[in-house]
Amino acid sequence: MAITEQDVARIARLARIELTPDGAAHAQADLNRILSLIQTLQSVDTAGIEPMAHPLAAHQDISLRLRADIAAPASTGEERKALMANAPAQSGGLFLVPTVIE
Amino acid sequence: MSSRLPLHTEFDSIAALRAAMAERRVSAREVAASALAAAQARSDLNAFLHIDPELTLAQADETDRQLAAGTPAAGSPAAGSPAAMPLAGIPIAHKDVFVTRGWRSTAASKMLADYASPFDATVVARLRQAGAVSLGKLNCDEFAMGSGNENSAFGPVLNPWDASAVPGGSSGGSAAAVAAGLVVAATGTDTGGSVRQPAALCGVSGIKPTYGTVSRYGMIAYGSSLDQAGPIARHARDLLELLDPMSGFDPRDSTSLERCDGALNAPGRIGADFAASLRSQEAAGSQPLKGLRIGVPREFFGAGLAADVASAVESALQVFESLGAVRVDISLPRTEFSIPAYYVIALAEASSNLSRYDGVRYGHRAARYGDLAEMTSRSRTEGFGPEVLRRIMVGTYVLSHGYYDAYYLQAQRVRRMIVNDFQQAYAHRCDVIMGPVTPGVAKQIGDNRDDPTADWLADIYTLGVSLAGLPAMSVPCGFGGGGRPLPVGLQIIGNYFTEGRLLALADRYQQATDWHQRKPEQQ
Repeated sequence: MAITEQDVARIARLARIELTPDGAAHAQADLNRILSLIQTLQSVDTAGIEPMAHPLAAHQDISLRLRADIAAPASTGEERKALMANAPAQSGGLFLVPTVIE
Repeated sequence: MSSRLPLHTEFDSIAALRAAMAERRVSAREVAASALAAAQARSDLNAFLHIDPELTLAQADETDRQLAAGTPAAGSPAAGSPAAMPLAGIPIAHKDVFVTRGWRSTAASKMLADYASPFDATVVARLRQAGAVSLGKLNCDEFAMGSGNENSAFGPVLNPWDASAVPGGSSGGSAAAVAAGLVVAATGTDTGGSVRQPAALCGVSGIKPTYGTVSRYGMIAYGSSLDQAGPIARHARDLLELLDPMSGFDPRDSTSLERCDGALNAPGRIGADFAASLRSQEAAGSQPLKGLRIGVPREFFGAGLAADVASAVESALQVFESLGAVRVDISLPRTEFSIPAYYVIALAEASSNLSRYDGVRYGHRAARYGDLAEMTSRSRTEGFGPEVLRRIMVGTYVLSHGYYDAYYLQAQRVRRMIVNDFQQAYAHRCDVIMGPVTPGVAKQIGDNRDDPTADWLADIYTLGVSLAGLPAMSVPCGFGGGGRPLPVGLQIIGNYFTEGRLLALADRYQQATDWHQRKPEQQ
């Protein structure tokens, strides 16, 4: 089962990537080559095997650690300024983006 | 190029440099200044992405003041009290996937070319707390995606052994900087082999510890169920000096482990295990490794392995046998499937992790766009390089509706089988596993450019370890190559939390051999 032009367009849209017609053709060829590599997984008999998300899950109990329910100190104004300094566009401590709702 | 070698190269270990520093025979500032000069003189290697002498010298001066005030005990061991500064004045540098205050933090991507981190990664902070002085930020593959350092947005790193060869990747700048003697040690990250493979290809040593033992806070994410930090240095003793203070529980990393089996995950754990392993080696006399069973996976010695690598690894195994170890044939039958399993899992996680780059809060934003959706997709398309875009698309595909079960869940099932294969070997056959790190020596820059999967296939010996979260290292074990000699690495794989034991084994090997002392001639 090969990846079609329509598949490439759908993947690019989901991934928020713009493709030129030339770029899409390249991507299609690359993705099909990669797909043929990862399709070899289908030949492994995994009946009865549970998927594993954490590499040490078979070795020890892994539970998502929760932080103690205590308020953490808020960022100082200085820290906030340093964080906001990386924003491509900002105003008054808010991130600026194109109008979403008229 | 007639630059003098930096001062620190006159000392053959961190311990020796530390002693000289403690006795005030050299100052942190002198060491830092000479390392800075050497790093700038070797800009041809393109190993550094950002050097700022003022920041480096300020750290060195602070360390000199602390040394003068007598803060650290002279010659204090790495596994000593947390108050000590075991790395006082030691010149290191950080892979540019660790965020740093002051120095730029780019992940070798145009996306983060102007990013200024408001904080230091935990690894960076811990090494500084131990006294290490940073020379700056090291080049790597963009977002750590690659195995030749050719995917950096800021140009490839050259291999110090042969300027036309890759240094490996993704921690290529780290390995090259250590091999060229510009720093004593460097940090790296390993998702599918990115510490072990460049260490092997540059003739230096590197270790990826057990998943969860070193904090990933401030380490720019790639594949979160695989990413783990580790140091690169000349030899096992220097690796220990960095790894021990780097490791330990961090509440700010949700995957950070509080305990390693019985022991607390804290600095000192690996140092204590290393010391205990050395003691038991010494008690065994002329056969220090007597009784050690080395599992040699037959799948690591198949048709894809180059003859020069096979013969260097074989010689290394014979050295271990001469020290008392015995060789055991083992099988890791799912080795070939570690490639597709890894690439499905890592790229799925990457597509999710890299969705944060939206041109809104930080990172590159396109100059022209219409609506919000176009702003995001154009910013991403401009900011990411071709390999990163490719990997995001593959990851998006395997997670998308209708393919999730067939690819992502199937890869996670195969992952469990690979984990089980390693555990079968450790439970019944062997104590450690050894084999090659790579199928061949470093390729030439530009090779495989037309096939996005060709480099992936060469990751075959490192990916299984990453999927299993096991600790593993690479140590220099010889040379191969057609033209100029190129280094070969031996991979040593342990069971969970055996970093100290692995380092002690590597140290024993390095006492019996001198591969780790070979240095490339300046070209």
